[in-house]
Amino acid sequence: MKITEKEELQKIAKQIRRDIIEQVYVAKSGHPGGSLSCVEILTVLYFNQMNIHEKEPEDLARDRFVLSKGHCAPALYACLAERGFLPKEELKTFRQIHSALQGHPDKNKVAGIDMSTGSLGQGLSVANGMALSSKLNHDGYRVYCLLGDGEIEEGQVWEAAMTASKYHLDNLCAILDYNDLQIDGTIEEVKGLDNIEGKFKSFGFHTIVVDGHNIEQLINAFETAKITKGKPTILIAKTRKGKGISFMENQVEWHGKAPNEEEYEQAKKELED
Amino acid sequence: MEQTQKIATRQSYGEALLELGKERKEIVVLDADLSTATKTNLFAKAFPERFFDMGIAEQDMLSTAAGFATCKKIPYVSTFAVFAAGRAYDQIRNSICYPNLNVKICATHSGITVGEDGATHQMLEDIAMMRTLPNMKVISPSDDTQTKWLIKEIAKIEGPVYVRLSRLATPVLYESNTVFEIGKAVQIGEGTEASIIATGDVVAEARKAQEILEEQGIFVRVIDMHTIKPIDKEVIVKCAKETKKIITIEDHSIFGGLGSSVCEVLAEEYPCKVIRMGIKDTFGQSGKAEDLMQYYGITAKDIIKKVREA
Repeated sequence: MKITEKEELQKIAKQIRRDIIEQVYVAKSGHPGGSLSCVEILTVLYFNQMNIHEKEPEDLARDRFVLSKGHCAPALYACLAERGFLPKEELKTFRQIHSALQGHPDKNKVAGIDMSTGSLGQGLSVANGMALSSKLNHDGYRVYCLLGDGEIEEGQVWEAAMTASKYHLDNLCAILDYNDLQIDGTIEEVKGLDNIEGKFKSFGFHTIVVDGHNIEQLINAFETAKITKGKPTILIAKTRKGKGISFMENQVEWHGKAPNEEEYEQAKKELED
Repeated sequence: MEQTQKIATRQSYGEALLELGKERKEIVVLDADLSTATKTNLFAKAFPERFFDMGIAEQDMLSTAAGFATCKKIPYVSTFAVFAAGRAYDQIRNSICYPNLNVKICATHSGITVGEDGATHQMLEDIAMMRTLPNMKVISPSDDTQTKWLIKEIAKIEGPVYVRLSRLATPVLYESNTVFEIGKAVQIGEGTEASIIATGDVVAEARKAQEILEEQGIFVRVIDMHTIKPIDKEVIVKCAKETKKIITIEDHSIFGGLGSSVCEVLAEEYPCKVIRMGIKDTFGQSGKAEDLMQYYGITAKDIIKKVREA
């Protein structure tokens, strides 16, 4: 499945947003803010870029995706449901006992999830392992890894950045969901990640700064990453946390809480076609 | 058992890994700037394209291994035990054990026998930490023969394994090509005065104690408990029923390791007194391995004392 029409992809993105709100509302918990900020990134990956097959989710030659910011599972589940990897109905079970849709993704419970994640900072290393394996076997598949901006405060991310650079992993494309907020405040208040682009550049990455909600820019950036040889690429995607729901946008308190009934109705209204 | 040849299990590991690399193309090896000490350098030399030196970045190394495993490779990962089980605990827990990935963690330099490097490098808690992880198997081979068998055997089973290896050269206890079974302890002797349940590099001390005691007319049996998880419950209960004393000994803290594992089994199945030998609630220190073993009380002499005590 490769959808190229911008309008079509925007329509899908809106549906993903509806499904995120639905999951978090029904579960009465979860992480809407960061899930909403990465919707266009995931939409472009799952509906335009990645070579994956819902009928053969374990195909060894498929492209891989690691949701390193695992708490944004609702966005991933919504994409997988939309692509037919799991029934839409199942989204209602998110975070419930015995559900396949755990609070953070479990690769052994849902077809199409390439890695279990949740403890921040580990996904880029895992993606490196996948990319190295691809190179070793000449399988030719590409590996994508979505990082949170708060997440890159974890030192392991920078260990992994050095590894990706050392092994010239040009089949690896990381994406930074730079929404500028984390639980305790803005990124700058909590830790300070001055000059993120410069940091990744100095670690040997090809960097591309994009508007993370602009479908065309995202597609162009992923295409540029594909033809960039000898080094890994990172898309520094400028996003807004809570994007698409007026009262959630750029509000730190929507990192990890569910809307009440009134807020849910309001959100649904804002997401109508 | 008059063999005097001494080999460190890390050396046996390096040699076995080299052999395994020839047989199995899916094997990849990762190390964290310690390949000359962990002996993965033997594999690295023979198969440079399948060897990855991750630098001094253990957390990255364990998670990278997880990534390899998702793509059907069989990664063997090595560094010192303190940096594998300790430094990268969360990576082992969340990126390897939770998704049940086929990663073989072969940690060298475990226990007090690390010697001169001192407390920061002497891992005394790894059995405790690793055996509480679901899906993880924990194996602590006692000699060269057992290690060489084990390293090949674990490639045949799916899922994470933690292998605990030593720096110190210890006696070869078994004839080459002896076959063992994961989860099944080796019983040496039928003595009924005591059961000495040992694991890893101190099995040799238990054997020595057994021989000396035998000369004194005291007959004990030695249980080589190479697999700590899943533990061989059957042999533990059998020994408790058949012998007067149960003594455990390990080059590890007395908390959470072999001694605790044996106590857990007996508390439920056949309550009796258990004497736990190992490192008491303390860190180690620098010194020669032999001197440290004496000071912390995990030598054949200490075992003999415990057996002879009323």
